[in-house]
Amino acid sequence: MLNIKNLQVGLEEEDKQILKGVDLNIGEGEVHAIMGPNGSGKSTMSYVLAGKSGYKVTGGSATLNGVDLLDMEPEERAAAGLFLAFQYPVEIPGVGNMTFLRTAVNAQRKARNEPELTASEFLKEVRTKAKDLKIDADMLKRPVNVGFSGGEKKRNEILQMAMLSPTMCILDETDSGLDVDAMKLVAEGVNALRDGKRSFLVITHYQRLLDHIKPDVVHIMANGKIIKSGGPDLALEVENNGYADILAEVA
Amino acid sequence: MAVPNPKFETSQVLLAAFVAPNGAKWAMDARARAAASLRAMGAPVKRDEYWKYTNPAELTVFPTPVAALLAIDEAPMFDNIDRLKLVFVDGVFDAELSDDLSLEGVEIEPLADALSKDIHWAKDLYGVLEANGQNPVKRPMAALNTAVAGQGLVIRATGKAVKPISVRYVHNAETSDAMVHHLVKIDAGASLTILESGPGAARFNSVMEIDVAEKAAFHHVRTQGRDHERRTMTHMFGRLADDSVFRSFTMTVNGILTRNECVLDVVGNDTKATVGGVCAGDGSDFHHDDTVFITHGSLNSESRQVFKKVLRNGATGVFQGKILVKEGAQKTDGYQISQALLLDDNSNFFAKPELEIYADDVICSHGSTVGAIDENALFYLLSRGVPQAQAQDMLILAFLGEAIDEIDDDALSQDIHDRLAQWMERRRS
Repeated sequence: MLNIKNLQVGLEEEDKQILKGVDLNIGEGEVHAIMGPNGSGKSTMSYVLAGKSGYKVTGGSATLNGVDLLDMEPEERAAAGLFLAFQYPVEIPGVGNMTFLRTAVNAQRKARNEPELTASEFLKEVRTKAKDLKIDADMLKRPVNVGFSGGEKKRNEILQMAMLSPTMCILDETDSGLDVDAMKLVAEGVNALRDGKRSFLVITHYQRLLDHIKPDVVHIMANGKIIKSGGPDLALEVENNGYADILAEVA
Repeated sequence: MAVPNPKFETSQVLLAAFVAPNGAKWAMDARARAAASLRAMGAPVKRDEYWKYTNPAELTVFPTPVAALLAIDEAPMFDNIDRLKLVFVDGVFDAELSDDLSLEGVEIEPLADALSKDIHWAKDLYGVLEANGQNPVKRPMAALNTAVAGQGLVIRATGKAVKPISVRYVHNAETSDAMVHHLVKIDAGASLTILESGPGAARFNSVMEIDVAEKAAFHHVRTQGRDHERRTMTHMFGRLADDSVFRSFTMTVNGILTRNECVLDVVGNDTKATVGGVCAGDGSDFHHDDTVFITHGSLNSESRQVFKKVLRNGATGVFQGKILVKEGAQKTDGYQISQALLLDDNSNFFAKPELEIYADDVICSHGSTVGAIDENALFYLLSRGVPQAQAQDMLILAFLGEAIDEIDDDALSQDIHDRLAQWMERRRS
């Protein structure tokens, strides 16, 4: 599904290397988690994969289902099946949440040569999915993320993910700023999308989220590289001992 | 020997270029007063302070600059709204294309008819608010209009009008030079909505004098036609009595030169006024100017100026807005915002917000911003699969939408919003 080889990334505007050779292979239907201390490059990797400007790829490759991701525009990556749930979902005053969702869904369908959803088809689908995530009609009507609480913003991300049905989902610290109940709700939303084919990359600081979204593989990232990979136990180890031991071990 | 001053020579040329129509003595007196006032103030020139950012040359030059006609294949603006339709072709009222001048709660007659009657309420309005609006800032093109205009509508709302009056200005001749002057009187407790649309003429000069009585409401929504080569100069002069409401909104896309002036004299207490607009300009030959002057001379009145512009490929936008709060006009609440979204480094926005306050218990604020598209918002949309051009248009529409929301009528604001979206979509495809 997602294959990253020796990915090296720096900032466009200053001479600073952030990713220093990341290797990562996520197979169909797999759930991988990336943990790591602040500043290790986790969020940068998610942005680079989604196509945010301001970064410079200096080496390596990233492919989604064999197609070169790094060569595509952000909207093409989305249409190809990539989805990034933002750590900080952006507020867009003046753009209605529903209008935004429908535009996005139909733009992707159009890009994939699929028929666009009619207003009523769309409405029916969005209502069902919103209900599962406890998103009420008022939230759908409001401008995108404007006036949403932290939890509402994250649920809105998952709603978008459900509506766009991507094949590769990256969740960038989706648990940040969530209380236990909100985290459960978000995790349930994610789990509902696990169908054995769709793959996930869950970026998190805490093991707690991984109690709810059970990963197949856990990676530890530090200083722009993945320094250790293992099973779910690795996350527990981090939770109990912090990163110090692992960092010392590989040093 | 005195050196001839082009400012005063041009005013003579302008007055001579138009044939002043006949009318009753009071009307001819009003026209003569306006002509004398224009001769005294002179035609506008670039070095005048209020024309610093907009070159008036094309408004005063002869022969009239040519404006090619735009073939339009879309439904005319406001066609889907139940309204009384009145049509001007190149600035001349066309009775055949218009509905009958009959609307419940409203009296309507052509300007020439009203101005030829010896006794008419128009005597107290024609050129009166315009002359009042010449102080402290001179508005020579309005004086010219009063001096020579023979076309227009005289409208009096005596009750709540059951539907809006829509005035459509058709541009039919490539060198038409139109002068249109409307009088609008809203009686106490009455209300009326006037919709204006269309390019009007190759060069279009319009003045609307609006007298809003106690507890009366005037609503105005205007879209200026898309014929790109047109030159347009409009003035609105409004007077607000106690508890009255004045709302005006203008949407402009295209146009080599557009200057919309709105001059409000708030003489009544507890009034509400909103003047706003959106403009979308493309190309180095696009120039749009909103000039607003609101004078508060009464108690507890509120005024809002809300203007948004999106400019690209070297387009220029201007905003000159003033709030003058006279001595004793306590509890005035004046708000003013002008914002421009510049889509490239070649486009320009000039803003001159002004507050002049002589009362000590007022709230007045003004703000002016220039910015580019929000990169984070854009990336968010792109990351969801919305193509670049469409994502950009969504953000532009959202930006302009804040001004469109000032229209206090959901159907009309939706109409404006949809039309803009439609144009943007067509431009993308």
